[in-house]
Amino acid sequence: MSQDRPTTGTGDAPPGSETPRSSWPLYEVFVRGKRGLNHVHVGSLHAADEEMALHNARNLYTRRNEGVSIWVVRAEHITASSPDEKDSFFAPSADKVYRHPTFYSIPDDVPHM
Amino acid sequence: MTATLSDEQLQQHFDATIERDQRIEPRDWMPEGYRKTLVRQIAQHAHSEIIGMQPEGNWLTRAPSLRRKAILLAKVQDEAGHGLYLYSATETLGADRDDLTGKLVGGRQKYSSIFNYPTLNFADIGVIGWLVDGAAIVNQVPLCRCSYGPYARAMIRICKEESFHQRQGYELLMTMMRGTDEQREMVQDATDRWWWPSLMMFGPPDGDSPNTQQSMAWGIKRHTNDELRQKFVDMTVPQAEALGVSLPDSGLVWNPERGHYDFSEPDWSEFKQVIGGNGPCNAQRLERRRAAHEDGQWVRDAAAAHAAKENARKEGAAA
Ligand SMILES: [Fe+2]
Ligand SMILES: [Fe+2]
Repeated sequence: MSQDRPTTGTGDAPPGSETPRSSWPLYEVFVRGKRGLNHVHVGSLHAADEEMALHNARNLYTRRNEGVSIWVVRAEHITASSPDEKDSFFAPSADKVYRHPTFYSIPDDVPHM
Repeated sequence: MTATLSDEQLQQHFDATIERDQRIEPRDWMPEGYRKTLVRQIAQHAHSEIIGMQPEGNWLTRAPSLRRKAILLAKVQDEAGHGLYLYSATETLGADRDDLTGKLVGGRQKYSSIFNYPTLNFADIGVIGWLVDGAAIVNQVPLCRCSYGPYARAMIRICKEESFHQRQGYELLMTMMRGTDEQREMVQDATDRWWWPSLMMFGPPDGDSPNTQQSMAWGIKRHTNDELRQKFVDMTVPQAEALGVSLPDSGLVWNPERGHYDFSEPDWSEFKQVIGGNGPCNAQRLERRRAAHEDGQWVRDAAAAHAAKENARKEGAAA
């Protein structure tokens, strides 16, 4: 995913070139496998624009009915959390044990709980 | 809130993740050697998929029926897809796709030696599916558990598709074996030519593969070259019998003590020659790839120009 990439290439024009040359921007691709499921990240691809990204994603990631819906998003537009070992971003979710049902002890003979 | 960790702590965290058989993900800290090894291996793998389209593409316009043509087209298209999944994985490690393409066409990065052999008759298409994709499956299935997440996930996707590749090849060969004597000879001839190069797909013998230990310690590799080669031979012998072809190795015999087939050593000097650029088709394969890349430049430029113009128009309308 974009947040995974130290570099993103939008491609600068080489000297003397009139047209924007070189690499097309990177898009991340998300596919909904079937109705009722979330879109899931499946990989990335390069395309000149959104529409081409969508078509390329269909050809690349759904050649065998792998999906019913596709999202593409410019990799550089994704903001991501830092890797786990570098900060305590997720720490608050670990120290609130009372958010889990198992925190509460209920006698075994209380039904349906 | 970011506590700065020492290199030693980062290394320990990395080692512990590998130790627990968990996946390393793109933004995790990783040793430079691990990153470099992965980029090189995944790029070579991607290049192999892309170059691998050529030997089979050679028969697209001459497939004997519309059915075979549609199947072959779908297979070659899959191989393009495999290359793209893998280039996508290299980019999560900071590699640049254009740079990798440049290294391939410049001869600075390698691809699998198998694709430097020619496809001389249509039975080659069947034998490639059976033996070459078969060997690829043996190589690739353990990579689905590779320690690097994006590579492992790409491999899962690829392995699902490889099964079609192998089966279509084997079915093609079964059809030819039910045909004329001449067709059966074509199948045998193709088998004879592709057998040894297929065994070489697993790489040099373990004693001659210096990087294997480190790759195994990092969880990139799960089995040695010789282990995988043995597995492939054991799988393939009964398939050859069922097909009615012989494998071109007089040393190929069942060893009841080992519980495996014994087989002769491939000609490693040939392997070195082909890897070193002197196989029958090396120059042709690279030249074809380079030409395709250059011939496509105007399309990439035109699409980029169109996108820029559309964007400018949209911005103009919004202003
Ligand atoms: Fe493939
Ligand atoms: Fe394949």
